[in-house]
Amino acid sequence: MNAQWLIVPVLLPAVVAAVLALVRPLALQRLLSVASCAALVGIAGHLLASADSGALTVYALGNWRPPFGIVFVLDRLSALMLLLTALLALPVAIAMSGGEDERGPFLHAFLHFQLMGLNGAFLTGDLFNLFVFFEVLLIASYCLLLHGQSAGRVRAAWHYVVVNLVGSSLFLIAVALLYAMTGTLNLADLAVKLPQLHAGERVLAHSGALMLLVVFALKAAMFPLFLWLAPTYSNAAAPVAALFAIMTKVGIYAIVRVYPMVFGATAGEAALDLRVWLLPPALATMACGALAALASRRLSGIAAQLTLLSVGTILAVGALATTPALSASLYYLAHSTLSGALLFLVCGLVSAQRGEALDLLKRGVTMHQSQLTAILFLFAAVAVTGIPPMSGFMGKTMLLQGSASASDAVAAWIWSFVLVTSFVAILALMRGGIVVFWMARSSQRTSDTAPVPLIAAALGMVAFVMALATLAGPIKGFTDATALQMTDTHAYVRAVFAVGGRP
Amino acid sequence: MSMELLISISVGVMTMAGVYLMLRARMFSILLGLTLLSYAVNVFVFASGRLRIGMPPIIGAQHTYADPLAQALVLTAIVISFAMTAFVVVLAIAAYTRLGHDRVQPDREELDR
Repeated sequence: MNAQWLIVPVLLPAVVAAVLALVRPLALQRLLSVASCAALVGIAGHLLASADSGALTVYALGNWRPPFGIVFVLDRLSALMLLLTALLALPVAIAMSGGEDERGPFLHAFLHFQLMGLNGAFLTGDLFNLFVFFEVLLIASYCLLLHGQSAGRVRAAWHYVVVNLVGSSLFLIAVALLYAMTGTLNLADLAVKLPQLHAGERVLAHSGALMLLVVFALKAAMFPLFLWLAPTYSNAAAPVAALFAIMTKVGIYAIVRVYPMVFGATAGEAALDLRVWLLPPALATMACGALAALASRRLSGIAAQLTLLSVGTILAVGALATTPALSASLYYLAHSTLSGALLFLVCGLVSAQRGEALDLLKRGVTMHQSQLTAILFLFAAVAVTGIPPMSGFMGKTMLLQGSASASDAVAAWIWSFVLVTSFVAILALMRGGIVVFWMARSSQRTSDTAPVPLIAAALGMVAFVMALATLAGPIKGFTDATALQMTDTHAYVRAVFAVGGRP
Repeated sequence: MSMELLISISVGVMTMAGVYLMLRARMFSILLGLTLLSYAVNVFVFASGRLRIGMPPIIGAQHTYADPLAQALVLTAIVISFAMTAFVVVLAIAAYTRLGHDRVQPDREELDR
């Protein structure tokens, strides 16, 4: 494959976003937006097919040789995240065309800027470039969140923006510390330089690495830095909240990209044991997410807290950093992104049909399309909580199997937390479903119908979740290979430094 | 040595003032705090390339040289923090016009709504 393909997932949304900002007619905007998202799915599929051979593709931007220039690196992990983003973006673009884009200008343009930031963050092999793409996706997410500008959204956005700006400052401090100690920010070069540090320098590099972990944990909404998530997600418009399902996963991606490779076994004395730093807060995240889901007053609040629960689950198992554990958490990551997005879309369907009651957990009128909505909600709930036969069940089984290889005490903690929080999640969603669907006043019926594109998007997401369940075998095979590749530092370093170009 | 001392003291003071201001429950104070913090971070990133006086950032021009990469990083960081500050200012104004005050805590009636 030509290495220049690697820049396309960043360039295409950037160009399309610029065009979308200039195009006035809404119909044309929608067409362009959906077409570009469909093209992204194709490109991501092509990149995934080429990454599946096991070879790493490296693209040196401006032909500057690493470690001097910035490199884009495509491996199985990046390709998986790219495809996941594209698969999420397509239904989101369709759902946005269901009237949400009439409430203010530039919704589709912001979506594409967000996609540009996401794709760049997944492809880059340079820490500072990762910071830049984080900022791109964050500022797009601020604008997406503020779209429509109700008072609730402005307040939620204020907290979200300030918390993330403080996170960005910490990111820069951490990057500067690592740069001061190693003289490089290229991930492959960092992996080479870290084992060569003296004891004194190692302490400072470790402080930088752990500060970086704090930043990634903030983006992933890990305990105790998770309080921004629920108000943000439950106040955002339904398609935007569905898109945000991938936002916490960027933090998780950054953690599993940087730490097993750079601070893993090959780092010698500079290695960091992720279990010490990640496992206790991840378990606490699960507990908080499950309990808060029970206490939520809105359906979208429950969905937001269950996002938190899935983040805790992925990080708890991913922290083990063994190949089976990483593989299982990657499958669960794909599942929780798609099923979480489905749940947010269903919340949008519910609030579109209940008039004043929106998706609050109180008695409301009977929905116009109550049967369709209820069936979609059932699908989403079964998938999210991990009841057979949907992908959540497969994912949780893999998580339990993957963590069983760890020491008995650790496995016991993870097993009990995963099983108990799943049960609590079932309770929370049952409560939501009973109030919204069964306690509706049958005498009153609204004539409000949910927009057709929103229903189409939710159906598409159902198809993706079902595909994830039926194709679980091949996908697990792929994530197994991904987990092996993620911890193979030598192959990564070799591939990056094999690239020629100007010094 | 005096240069290092001056830089580290100024980074420390700016961070301290920034954190103090951010812990106030008013949007305007938080805005000032964020700005001060980003100044501190920019100076810190600049110092990560080591402090050298009177040396060109070019290899081979003199016996020793200054690190140009840290300067490039700090330029990028300045541009980004500038844009973000502008965004937060607009957001604060939007919040003020919609909520009628610049307190960060929601009022009782806002919570009930």
